[in-house]
Amino acid sequence: MNTIEADFSVAFDPTSRAREADYPRSLVVRFGPNQPLRLDAGVDLAPFQIAYQTYGVLNPERSNAVLICHALTGDQHVANIHPVTHKPGWWETMVGPGRPIDTERYFVICPNVLGACMGTTGPASTNPKTGMPWGLDFPVITIRDMVRAQAMLLDQLGIESLFSMAGGSMGGMQVLQWCSLYPRRVFSALPIATSTRHSAQNIAFHEVGRQAVMADPEWRHGRYFVEGTNPRRGLAVARMGAHITYLSDAALHRKFGRRFQDRENPTFSFDADFQVESYLRHQGSSFVERFDANSYLYLTRAMDYFDLAADCDGALANAFKDTPTRFCVISFTSDWLFPTSDSRAIVHALNAGGARVSFAEIVTDKGHDAFLLEEPELFAIVRGFLDGAAKARGIAPRGVALSGPQ
Amino acid sequence: MLSRADHDVTMVEAARSPGGARVDLLVVAEMVAPGAKVLDVGCGDGELLRLLAETRRVDGRGIELSREGVNECVAKGLAVVQGDADTDLSDYPNDAFDYVILSQTLQATRRPRVVVEHMLRIGRHGIVSFPNFGHWGIRLQLLLGGHMPRTDNLPYAWWDSPNIHFCTIKDFRQLCDVVGAKMEKAVALNAWGRALRLNAPWWFWNLFGEQAVFLLSRRG
Repeated sequence: MNTIEADFSVAFDPTSRAREADYPRSLVVRFGPNQPLRLDAGVDLAPFQIAYQTYGVLNPERSNAVLICHALTGDQHVANIHPVTHKPGWWETMVGPGRPIDTERYFVICPNVLGACMGTTGPASTNPKTGMPWGLDFPVITIRDMVRAQAMLLDQLGIESLFSMAGGSMGGMQVLQWCSLYPRRVFSALPIATSTRHSAQNIAFHEVGRQAVMADPEWRHGRYFVEGTNPRRGLAVARMGAHITYLSDAALHRKFGRRFQDRENPTFSFDADFQVESYLRHQGSSFVERFDANSYLYLTRAMDYFDLAADCDGALANAFKDTPTRFCVISFTSDWLFPTSDSRAIVHALNAGGARVSFAEIVTDKGHDAFLLEEPELFAIVRGFLDGAAKARGIAPRGVALSGPQ
Repeated sequence: MLSRADHDVTMVEAARSPGGARVDLLVVAEMVAPGAKVLDVGCGDGELLRLLAETRRVDGRGIELSREGVNECVAKGLAVVQGDADTDLSDYPNDAFDYVILSQTLQATRRPRVVVEHMLRIGRHGIVSFPNFGHWGIRLQLLLGGHMPRTDNLPYAWWDSPNIHFCTIKDFRQLCDVVGAKMEKAVALNAWGRALRLNAPWWFWNLFGEQAVFLLSRRG
């Protein structure tokens, strides 16, 4: 297996995102020139690499693997301290010892998606032909390309069949694409706060974000690495706009209302008078420290192109016909980016295909981001669904010692 | 109308379950063949699905209107979707299940006839259990009390009851005729959860049965 540990002896410069893109502080699988990934765009990507994290132990039957698919701005650091931000993993409330996705029972794998910037090949990675970052020379990728790359990773890890997979938002798109593309490899699946196609409204929001990046003079047609600039303002504005769509009117009002930030009265200027402005500016500026602007363009594009029904002669039910996978679809009442109606469409298609499906809608005012937050009902549902599936799969309950082929 | 001799009637021997499960659920469970694929429409907190899984090893699915019920079921590992019997049954293909069950659900639907028709389309068999509005105690409350009946099984005031389409055993048999359903088995339970005598005439069931459970299939 050509898995390598990242070289931690090399000093890491936190300002150099290109460094993390090529030599991530994660596990990495490299695919050589003889193992190309045929992209939907019609080109072969080779060589390329996938950075990933694992938690827990693969059981001797190799039957307890859970694949976690991250969202647009997530990465492989699900349940460990993030090497760049030094913050806890983005889903550490869900994944870990004793958590709903229990790493003492399941072997959890989370790869960085294709096109991202934390070690899996993307526009920030070095193009082997030029020795420079790919930039806009990187081919446009799709959700299906990400999933095919993940399947190659699992082949490398010797995992034929996944016990389960889970993901929210763009992660949920990957879950659905997996179940459509490789139904026999997925025993159970949790698509959360997601959709089988990106809506016109969501494409519109993404376009605003991309235009913000491209309007930044430091973007330089994607050549900012080469030219020594950084479109941080554009990317921050894109993040600020997107972040609003992840929340809800009620959540913003509850958190900030019309309260002023560190002042009693308005300044009659364009300072961040309001707490909500200050919060968004912080969201924008902290995001640019860890994310690559071109990756943002590529990943939002991949989401825009996602339409599972279009791949199946327009009939969504065909995507899941006679699927053996057990599904648990989850949505949130205040999510207006991926509303419950989107999840219901998934459920209808699964029912029409005769699938074994559970569907729960969770009441919350936290909007789309609710899947990442402390939601006890979400945890109870995920835990219960996985328990039932594990019983059906014959996976030992927690506490029974696991010994894996190491 | 069918006569008493036209259908097979099952006698429930044990009126009370040692495990404490509701007797009407046990009656339903006894009508289900082991290992069958079952859809429970209006599955509540999943008690029947769990009973069927344990005693009949069924491949069970559920639909439930209330979010609390659904989330409780899913957290128990049951395959249940949040949905409405009145609108969502049309999504299911023909003959997708061996049994489609309406356990204490029919009287809460807006269009019971459509729901029963979908039940017979989706399932090779249908099982319907419902409170019999023809029971003497209910008749008496309306006749002498002059108010909408309330019983242990039907505790709601008329203004906040989820039950909007009550029927009697006689009425239900009429619906079966209208939609072309064949009655394969029928059981009526009295107020103590005991099955009524097998050879009792329909009018007797209609008067003394507090609950009824029918196993149906498509005619022809």
